[in-house]
Amino acid sequence: MRLTAKDWQGLALTAVLLGVAACLPVLTTAYWLTIGVTIAMYTVLATSWALFSGPTHYISLATAAFFGVGTYTTGLGIEHLPYWVLPPLAGLIGAALAALVGLATLRLSGVYFVIFTLGLAEFIRQIITWGQTVSGTKGIYVLTSITEAHIYWQLLGLAGLVWLLGWLIGRSRLGFALRIIGDDEEVARHSGIHTARAKVMLFMVPGAFAAITGAVLAPRYVYIEPILAFTPMLSFQVVIMALLGGTGRLWGPVVGVIPFTFLWEGISASMPNQTTLLLGVAFLVIVYVLPRGFVGLIEDARARMNRAEGYA
Amino acid sequence: MRMVSPVLSLRGVTKRFGGLVAVNGMDFDVTEHEVLGLIGPNGSGKSTTLNLISGALMPTEGTISLRGAPITHLAAQDIARKGVARTFQLVRLLPSMPVLENIKAGAVFGHRRRWGSDADAQAQALMEQVGLAGRGHLRVGQLTYIDTKRVELARALAGDPMVLLLDEWLAGLNPTELEEGIALIRRLRDEGRTVILVEHVMDAIRSLCDRCVVMASGTKIAEGAVADVLSDPEVIRAYLGDDDD
Repeated sequence: MRLTAKDWQGLALTAVLLGVAACLPVLTTAYWLTIGVTIAMYTVLATSWALFSGPTHYISLATAAFFGVGTYTTGLGIEHLPYWVLPPLAGLIGAALAALVGLATLRLSGVYFVIFTLGLAEFIRQIITWGQTVSGTKGIYVLTSITEAHIYWQLLGLAGLVWLLGWLIGRSRLGFALRIIGDDEEVARHSGIHTARAKVMLFMVPGAFAAITGAVLAPRYVYIEPILAFTPMLSFQVVIMALLGGTGRLWGPVVGVIPFTFLWEGISASMPNQTTLLLGVAFLVIVYVLPRGFVGLIEDARARMNRAEGYA
Repeated sequence: MRMVSPVLSLRGVTKRFGGLVAVNGMDFDVTEHEVLGLIGPNGSGKSTTLNLISGALMPTEGTISLRGAPITHLAAQDIARKGVARTFQLVRLLPSMPVLENIKAGAVFGHRRRWGSDADAQAQALMEQVGLAGRGHLRVGQLTYIDTKRVELARALAGDPMVLLLDEWLAGLNPTELEEGIALIRRLRDEGRTVILVEHVMDAIRSLCDRCVVMASGTKIAEGAVADVLSDPEVIRAYLGDDDD
């Protein structure tokens, strides 16, 4: 694998930015650290979501399902296993669940896939609720010595991993196959691409990462219950943030995550009941004004600048 | 009779859609380096036959084999990998990618798979071969109609297929483009490619095909050298209808 100067530049820049971001817990107050955790969490979720849904245009609302499964992996496992085993274990479970869901649904066309993924989170939540009713327990306590800063660093590492993986996929046959599938699945098949296999393999990426994220965040919640772990709002937020940033580039989702997190925080602080309104408005803005997200806006501006230079 | 083993053969291939028999007991062989014309009036089942060969549709009955190995019930992607490439009746390109990447799709995932600089070199070579040299960076939306057809042809050729299926590749071209198009396919023939050509343009059939198979209402009504087949009274009847007198 040969790397161009631009590749090195991108890698170096990402490493520097992650390094700077890693200083946050040392430099700022608890409030900013909380915001940092939220941003890091949604960066992992939205970026890994975009790796699959960006090229294929299959809108997945399964994030909450995988996230919840990850949260419960920590919740149920913490008493029996050392903590460091749990996030990777959650990743394996998330990937396996995604493979199952993918095999069952990715032959479906777009709309049915969306509905199925939305139903999945609800389905798993109901099973856990039922399990709790039968066993007579309510929630689970996750009591650890893990601090907010530890969670933040883990999430940052995870974000770096998602970017690295996304970058590698983008350069691979699989990445190329996915782009062809997104353009025309019929052409992809007749060109010799095993479309179902490619889609299932890539769907396992957001599945694994959302589950790991859930597992990492579980200690922060202290008390886990199904309604919290599987909240459908999470799935919608991830979709909106990724689309707002733009799925055409690896750095797109994070560009949506940061402003959206601040807006969300601002609105929840002053008008806690109006947060869903923000989701709706953001969705309208994406559809009518920013179909390619901030990435599209930035790239258009850059193209205009290049053209202006060309005329000068 | 030539004693050459066929590259592709169809035996009793039938496709039913409910009560409609679109293709009925088709038998024919394509030998190596041959350009076989598949002709017939509209609705006679030519495109359905191509779709059955390429795996877009599954035959209800019969067998299709590629160099003696059955491919009848394989999925489209497996048939493509084994060496059958196709173009589409309505051109299908990849809109988000420039010309070069469109062609690379065939080079990376086709019968002979390439990657990295090999795939780039193959796509470049094909661009020159089909007359797209220097246009690799263009978006497909910026191309003229015949150039979109060239891209599709290059994509199909990029994986070095054993058999190339062209579904009305010359349709919709203006007279000048048509000449260029015929010349392009003649070059493929001179290179020794094996091609099945579904076509309505009779001039093209006459000048390009070694043999042709004529279909009407889903069945084969004639097969043989082009001149013989085109003067066959049954073929004329199928195209022009019965005399009224």
